[in-house]
Amino acid sequence: MRLMVENIRILDPQQDIDQVTNLYVARGRILGIGKEAPEGFEADRIINGTGKWLFPGLVDLQARLAEPGSHYEGTIASETKAAVSGGITTICCPPDTMPVNDSQAVTELIQRRARQAATAFVLPIGAITKELGGQYLSNMAALKNAGCIALSQANSPIQNSLTLKNAMAYAASNDILLMLRSENKNLKNNGVAHSGVVSSRLGLTEIPASAETAALARDLILVEETGVRAHFSLISTARSVEMIADAKKHGLPVTCDVAAHQLHLTEYDVMDFDSLFHVTPPLRSHDDKAALRIGLKMGVIDAIVSDHTPLDRDDKLLPFGESAPGISSLETLLALTLKLVEEDVLDLNQALAKVTNHPANIIGLHHGSLETGNSADFCIFDPETHWTLERKEMISKGDNSPFQGWEFRGQIEATYFQGRPVYQNNPV
Amino acid sequence: MRLSTPNIQLNEKGKLRHFLTLEGLKHHHLTEILDVAESFIDPLTGEINKLDTLHGKAIMNLFFEPSTRTLTTFEIAEKRLSADVVNLNIETSSTKKGETLLDTLWNLEAMLADMFVVRHSESGAAHFIAKHVAPHVHVVNAGDGQHAHPTQAMLDVFTIRKHKGDIFDLKVAIIGDVQHSRVVRSQIQALSILEAREIRVIGPKTLLPSHPEALGIHVYDNVEEGLEGVDVVINVRLQNERMKSALLPSEKEFFNLYGLTKERLAYAKPDAIVMHPGPINRGVEIDSEVADGEQSVILEQVTYGIAVRMAVMSIIFRNSQELQEEKRQALLDLNMMETSE
Repeated sequence: MRLMVENIRILDPQQDIDQVTNLYVARGRILGIGKEAPEGFEADRIINGTGKWLFPGLVDLQARLAEPGSHYEGTIASETKAAVSGGITTICCPPDTMPVNDSQAVTELIQRRARQAATAFVLPIGAITKELGGQYLSNMAALKNAGCIALSQANSPIQNSLTLKNAMAYAASNDILLMLRSENKNLKNNGVAHSGVVSSRLGLTEIPASAETAALARDLILVEETGVRAHFSLISTARSVEMIADAKKHGLPVTCDVAAHQLHLTEYDVMDFDSLFHVTPPLRSHDDKAALRIGLKMGVIDAIVSDHTPLDRDDKLLPFGESAPGISSLETLLALTLKLVEEDVLDLNQALAKVTNHPANIIGLHHGSLETGNSADFCIFDPETHWTLERKEMISKGDNSPFQGWEFRGQIEATYFQGRPVYQNNPV
Repeated sequence: MRLSTPNIQLNEKGKLRHFLTLEGLKHHHLTEILDVAESFIDPLTGEINKLDTLHGKAIMNLFFEPSTRTLTTFEIAEKRLSADVVNLNIETSSTKKGETLLDTLWNLEAMLADMFVVRHSESGAAHFIAKHVAPHVHVVNAGDGQHAHPTQAMLDVFTIRKHKGDIFDLKVAIIGDVQHSRVVRSQIQALSILEAREIRVIGPKTLLPSHPEALGIHVYDNVEEGLEGVDVVINVRLQNERMKSALLPSEKEFFNLYGLTKERLAYAKPDAIVMHPGPINRGVEIDSEVADGEQSVILEQVTYGIAVRMAVMSIIFRNSQELQEEKRQALLDLNMMETSE
C-alpha cells in the first residue's frame, strides 16, 4: 500500500525535523518526507493530517510482555496491542520470563509469538546468567546470535563481583551490550520503600539510596576495567545521575535510562500504603526526582522507559510490602514523557528523542526515526485532545497503574507498524 | 505533594470510624479516648466495671502474628463491654492453606463480624483491611509491622496523664529501638498531638529512623544527656534479632551504653516516671532495680490498657450509631416534607 499523510506536523529528532509537510510510505517503508512526492509515487490512500502531529513509533528499552509466563498477567499479543495504543512500536523485553530467557529456544519462542502478533517489533533481552541466578554465565554469544539485542539480569543484579567482572569481560570480547540495574541486595535488605521521610513515618522497611549507588560505583569501576558497553537501567537517585555524568565525562562507554514514573512520582505517593505505587527501585525523594529531570535535560540520562510490569489483580490486592512491585505502563510512557514538556522540563524535540532515536541508538538500530528506507513505524497524534486514564479502559491485561484518574493532554490517534495501521483511536 | 495520609479512619462527620494510626488525628480525638477511658475506671477501687455497651456486637480478633499480651487485653476489654468475641490465629489457619487475606476477611464478614481487631507483620495491613471491609465493619489496629500500635500509645499517654496531669509541656525521653518499633512511632505521634514540649529518642544510629526530622524528635546518642531533666522515661524492648542482623554487637554492650539504670535515671527529674510497653528484658534494656523501683509505672500501663481499648471500641460504635441515627432522621424529615407537599 502506498500511503501519503499530508499537511501534518512531522517531528523526527533523529533528522532534526519539525515542520508541517507530507510523509510518503510504500511497501511498509518510509519513502520520504516533503511537500513534493517522490518521483513516480501515487498514493492509494491519503490521510489529511491538518492540526495533527506525526512522529516515529516509540522504542521502549524495558517492557515485560509476560510471555512466556502464566498468561494471567498478559501475553505478547495482548501487551503489544497495549504498546501500540501508546505509540510504542519497538519493545525490548527483559529476560525475567517464565522460563527465564537464558536459551536460544526461549528467545526464538518470543520472536515467533511476536511475529504471530505482528503488531510491533519485540526484541528479546537475554539473561546474563543461567536462570538469572547470578552464578553461571549463560551462553551469551549464542543468545546474541539468536537475536537478543542485549543481555541483562532484569531485577536480579549479580551480587558476586567476580562473576559480574567475568560477564563484562566476556561480553566485551563478543561486543555484547549489557543492560545492568545496579542494586546491592544486602543494602536493600528486603526493603519495600525508599529510605526517607515517608518510610521513617510509616515504618516501611527501607531501601537506602546506597543500595543503588554503592552497586553503581562497583559496576562503573568494572566497566572501566573491562571496557564493556554498559547501559544502566532504571536509575533512580540523584547520586546515580552524578556518577553516570562523571563516567561519561571520563569517556566510559555507558548510557542510562529512567522509568517514566520516577519522573512524576515520589516517596510521598506511598503515604496511604497504596500498593499500586510499589515499584522497584522504589519511588525516591523530591530531590532525586528533580535530579533525574535535570539529568534528562542535560543529556546524562539518554532514554525514558516504561518498565512495564503487568500484574494480576491479586498480586496488588495485598498489604504494601507483600504486594508485587511494578506498574502497567506501556499506555502512559508517551503521555508521561510529553507531560515533561508541559512542565518545562524538556522541549518537545528532546522529549521525543528520549523515547525514539536515543533508545534505538543505544541498541544500535535504526528504529525510532523516519529516515528514508526505515520501517514505516509512526504515530499520528492529536495534540488538542484531553483524556483521562481509566482502569477499565486499559488495553494491557495488567491494569495496575497508579496513574488512573490522571488527565493527559494529547492522544495517539493512530499507530502504524510497517506501514499498516495497528491501532486507531475511535475508528470510524 | 501529599503530606498526610487521606484519613480513611474518620467518618463524614470527622469522627473515628476505624482506629488505624494516630497520624492525622486531632487533639480532641485523643482527649475523648482518654476521658472515656477515665470514666471506665472506678475512682475508689481502680477497677473496671463490666458494661453492656457492645451487647450483640461481634468482634473478631484477627492475629496474623503471635501475641499474648495485646490479644488478652483486647479480649478482656471486649468482654467487659459485653461483645461476642472470636479469636482467630490466622497465622496457622486459612492463609497458610492458600486463601488470600481478602478471602479470609470477606468470609469473616459473611459471618456477621462488626469489628476486626487486627495484628499483622506488614506495615499498612490494617489500612489495607479497612479499605476493603464492608461499610458497617470497623477496624482497630492492634499493631502492623513497624508502622503503628495506636492503642498501646494511647494507654501510655493515659498513664502519663494519670501521673502528670497533662501531657502539655512535658519532656519525654524514649530509649531504645525506635526504627523497628510500631509502639514508638505511635507514642511519638500521640505525644506530638498532645503537644508534649520535647520528645527525645536515645539510641545508636542503627536503631533510629533514617529521617528522625520526619517524626519531630530530638536525637541523642548519649543516654545521660538525653535523660537530663526529662519528666517521663519510656524504655523500649530490644528484640533478639537485632543482634543477629548486626544492628548491635551484643546485649551486654547495649546495656552498658543504653541500659536504664538507677544511676542514669538520676539525670531525669526526681519525679520522673519510668514506662515500658512490655514485655521487659531485665538486664538488657532495663535494670530490675528500675523496673521494680518506685518510679516505675509499668504494671499500671497494663491495667490502663484495658480501659483505653474499651474506650476506643465504644467510641467507634457510638459514632457509628450516631451517624445511622442522623441518617435515619434525615430520611424521616425528607419523607415528612414530601408528605406535607
